[in-house]
Amino acid sequence: MQTTLTVNGRNHELDIDPRVTLLDALRDQIGLTGSKKGCDHGQCGACTVLVDGRRINACLSLAVMHDGDSITTVEGLAEGGASALQKAFVAHDGMQCGYCTPGQVCSATGMLEEVSAGWPSHVSDDLEGPVTLSHAELSERMSGNLCRCSCYPGINAAIREIADETRQPIDQQEAAE
Amino acid sequence: MKPFDYQRPSDRDAAHAAAREGAMFIAGGTNLVDLMKLEVMAPDRLVDVSRLGLDGIEVQDGGLRIGAMVTNSDLAADPRLRRDYPVLSRALLAGASGQLRNKATTGGNLLQRTRCPYFYDTDAACNKRAPGSGCAALGGEMRNHAVLGTSDHCVALHPSDMAVAMRALDALVEVEGPDGAIRHVPLDDFYRLPGVTPHLETTLGAGDLITAVLLPPPPQGAVQVYRKVRDRASYAFALVSVAAVVTLDKGRFSQAALAFGGLGARPWRDPAVDALLVGETPSDALFAEAGKHLLRNAAPREGTEFKLPLARRVLSAVLKEATQ
Ligand SMILES: Cc1cc2nc3c(=O)[nH]c(=O)nc-3n(C[C@H](O)[C@H](O)[C@H](O)COP(=O)(O)OP(=O)(O)OC[C@H]3O[C@@H](n4cnc5c(N)ncnc54)[C@H](O)[C@@H]3O)c2cc1C
Ligand code: FES
Ligand code: FES
Repeated sequence: MQTTLTVNGRNHELDIDPRVTLLDALRDQIGLTGSKKGCDHGQCGACTVLVDGRRINACLSLAVMHDGDSITTVEGLAEGGASALQKAFVAHDGMQCGYCTPGQVCSATGMLEEVSAGWPSHVSDDLEGPVTLSHAELSERMSGNLCRCSCYPGINAAIREIADETRQPIDQQEAAE
Repeated sequence: MKPFDYQRPSDRDAAHAAAREGAMFIAGGTNLVDLMKLEVMAPDRLVDVSRLGLDGIEVQDGGLRIGAMVTNSDLAADPRLRRDYPVLSRALLAGASGQLRNKATTGGNLLQRTRCPYFYDTDAACNKRAPGSGCAALGGEMRNHAVLGTSDHCVALHPSDMAVAMRALDALVEVEGPDGAIRHVPLDDFYRLPGVTPHLETTLGAGDLITAVLLPPPPQGAVQVYRKVRDRASYAFALVSVAAVVTLDKGRFSQAALAFGGLGARPWRDPAVDALLVGETPSDALFAEAGKHLLRNAAPREGTEFKLPLARRVLSAVLKEATQ
């Protein structure tokens, strides 16, 4: 079936079997192997990509469902050089074996946008209050990514560094904590 | 995955035409694609309902009209929901993960299938998946199974958090039949109990499209609480959850709506438990009585006995929190 995907800013006209997931289309048809297949059932987050700016599990979505959508993979985040978040992952050793890392990076990128939009989480005390990216908030919001190698401290440190640098309100609240 | 045809129509007439010919709807795909990979479900035709304009949240009759394609993330973050229906916002945020909530939809969440491992295992007997084949959960490993509303044919649990809060809020499901006729089904009448036909889970007919969920006007002065207990702190289904919408007047309950997840073959609500509270003064003894009443017909089996004391404790804690 004819489907157009815009991946990292480039259009791809695909004639695709409806059974192909977005993850498999990205990896096998478009050749972007940064997004990883872990569980293939929505449970680990290794396949996380951004669709129109929002993080999703590419393994549970059919490629044909994304006709006309704009998709960003970990390769796209690195266009023009590694993103600040990617550099922070390296600096804080948030890598370990590296298999789940692309999903972690894409997920954290989407998550920081959700924080800026003021979305509450399961652990937010006040649904309507400002969002503070405390340790509990960070763990909860990143819980869709199950790292197999327990490199959480490095990943957390990298994400917090970026959150602190780019988002003033978080900075102030962290200081008050 | 078995081969199938796929369509993404841009109007409802085309969707209904396909449904009349036996096509199945797909929304976010987070449950259906999963089940299709395992060949637990193998539809011949899929109709993508994401382009039918069902993705708005509007004020209607003083309440909210939530389009069937509104994602769980957008709904949880909606300012009106956070202010007026916090129990629902909380229930949504307690479900799945950030990535999944960005895809999961209101209509799809209502119709997600059970997480019983034997339903997922096509080599195991399951009356829900293959009617008449038996139930491997009975005599098998049970933990995420129901203790209320089960039958000797099925002990599967309804997994949704969202539907539990919606039941406490007296939500209505707006359904458009394949002939275009619209009807409103209270959530109380939406889900069926398994009985001898566990494969029939709702009162929807073939080709019925969920177009929206309607919330009545916000309950004035009510306290709303959602509490979910699970095996790990996040990203797991409920062992027991409670949605409470209660109002106190001069120190007594003037209104109570309690719904439960993790316990029932469907999102559970028992009018007798609500009635037991109304007119009474909050006390530990009253909360214990409510828990006892809730579970008077419970049928725990080996592996699910723990849910009874757990449900009583969670209910007491929630009522305490709501009345403090
Ligand atoms: C790892 C994991 C963890 C999860 N944890 C939780 C949790 O803790 N709590 C929780 O509540 N849920 C949880 N979920 C389930 C998730 O919330 C559901 O998969 C999701 O809500 C389904 O929505 P969807 O739009 O993706 O549905 P789909 O997969 O697209 O569809 C599901 C069903 O609904 C039907 N359908 C969809 N839309 C319509 C419509 N408009 N009209 C008629 N029929 C329709 C489809 O035909 C299909 O049968 C989890 C899922 C995963 C994978
Ligand atoms: S591969 Fe998609 S969530 Fe694990
Ligand atoms: S670093 Fe290897 S799976 Fe996370």
